[in-house]
Amino acid sequence: MSANQVALWYLVASICFILALKGLSHPSTARRGNLFGIAGMVIAVVVTLALVYSHTKNVGMILAGIVVGGAIGVVVARRVQMTQMPELVAAFHSLVGMAAVLIAISAIHDPGAFGLPVPLPSGNRLELFIGTFIGAITFSGSVIAFGKLSGRIRSAPVVFAGQHWLNLILALVMIGFGIAFFLAGDASKWPPYIVMTAIAFVLGVLIIIPIGGADMPVVISMLNSYSGWAAAGIGFSLNNPMLIIAGSLVGSSGAILSYIMCKAMNRSFVNVILGGFGAEPGSVAAGGEQKTVKSGSADDAAFVMGNAESVIIVPGYGLAVARAQHAVKEMATKLRAKGVNVRYAIHPVAGRMPGHMNVLLAEAEVPYDQVFEMDDINGEFGTTDVALILGANDVVNPLAEQKGSPIYGMPILEAYKARTVIVNKRSMAAGYAGLDNPLFYMDKTMMVFGDAKKVVEDIVKALD
Amino acid sequence: MVDHIVYYLIIFVLAIFVGYHVVWSVTPALHTPLMSVTNAISAIVLVGAMLAAGPAAFDWGGWVGVAAVVLASINAVGGFLVTQRMLEMFKRKEPAAKRAGGH
Repeated sequence: MSANQVALWYLVASICFILALKGLSHPSTARRGNLFGIAGMVIAVVVTLALVYSHTKNVGMILAGIVVGGAIGVVVARRVQMTQMPELVAAFHSLVGMAAVLIAISAIHDPGAFGLPVPLPSGNRLELFIGTFIGAITFSGSVIAFGKLSGRIRSAPVVFAGQHWLNLILALVMIGFGIAFFLAGDASKWPPYIVMTAIAFVLGVLIIIPIGGADMPVVISMLNSYSGWAAAGIGFSLNNPMLIIAGSLVGSSGAILSYIMCKAMNRSFVNVILGGFGAEPGSVAAGGEQKTVKSGSADDAAFVMGNAESVIIVPGYGLAVARAQHAVKEMATKLRAKGVNVRYAIHPVAGRMPGHMNVLLAEAEVPYDQVFEMDDINGEFGTTDVALILGANDVVNPLAEQKGSPIYGMPILEAYKARTVIVNKRSMAAGYAGLDNPLFYMDKTMMVFGDAKKVVEDIVKALD
Repeated sequence: MVDHIVYYLIIFVLAIFVGYHVVWSVTPALHTPLMSVTNAISAIVLVGAMLAAGPAAFDWGGWVGVAAVVLASINAVGGFLVTQRMLEMFKRKEPAAKRAGGH
């Protein structure tokens, strides 16, 4: 297969990837989009296989590697639970990062295998340096993110004095060794490369540890972006335009998601990266004044909702933790059977990653046309009888509209505008932002304490 | 004559542009599948890994390549499959939606 043929097939594969993203503009076209993505990947792999075969005939180990990796991939994709998606994605990001580093090592060792000139020109070395350090940071950063998301390591931020200076110095030293690698003769290329890579691995850890659990949606989007840039960097060093195109698509996608998540929390990207936010989740700022809440039972909630014309359900991550999605779906079906207009309102940071809550509701077979984004439903709360808040807190906190509050400016779901507000929480503990929530103390608010699943199931029973 | 690197830079910048515009058109409800599918797409490094794993003279560099092939394949296969699994959930809704939306 000639180099031109290969390049043209790579173009076809790249277009498939673009169509894969394009398909996600609506749930009805998304599956076809994913099939395009799969087609793109298959084309790229088959063409590359043909290329290697025509050069060296050594495709045995490649096929073995694909079979082993593919089998693991199938098992993982089948077994993973939807609540674990953030962990899975973090783990997958780490694989891309590590693969990028391994490819770079292999390219430095034997540039000829990639059709690169021997010895490696300094331009390619510079690109390998970039691809390697982004890959290494993606790997170790994603491992830490995976640990935090899966609860294997504490999700609280790790902060210490001089942290940012340490990171800056390490980054500069890493770049220094990168330059040394760039300038080194062919015989002495390894030592600076190895030191540079080691520092990059350490940096990945240091960048992620100060970022708290509440900011994970940003972190995971950011690492998504990095994994794309790592692929693009490797594409530059191997002179492979398809890696550049696919990598840039992924890189810009992750960057946009990071931006959307930051905006949804009204935090600047720099502020998130510097970390330290949400150091003590759950610490209530207990003032001297004793405010009273009105609490009710599941039966009361069922009565109020059963007699309402419209209900908007605001699910938060607490709902997913309690695995109450199916019970909620059942409750909504019962209410709809009574003629109640039931809708769901999703805040962009309702889950642990962008769009997470939508997937969790979809898994519970909630029809997606009942599920609304914040901007689409915020105008509706004012004319709604009941807002039912399940395991959400900061995203409905009216303090966000008060100047001087720590979360001032964060866009919220305006649940407080509904005629009646029913809040289910396990206790009066504060949310991630560590703030009290005036919504709980309003006259029209009824608190129903208890585990979300238990409470919703009781409501379902009471609705019969 | 224009250097290779300049062509690659042009491709790079244009691809970022395409990515930027396509991704903004993605509905927020599908941001999790977006992330898992982009993750699967970034497994395109598999192409580089395959070149590393099939050199003329297979030495330790080849083994490093094989390791990269395994990692990237997990990602490619797992990423696309799990995306498909998620999107199937969004599909099942349609008939149910018609029934529920009747009143």
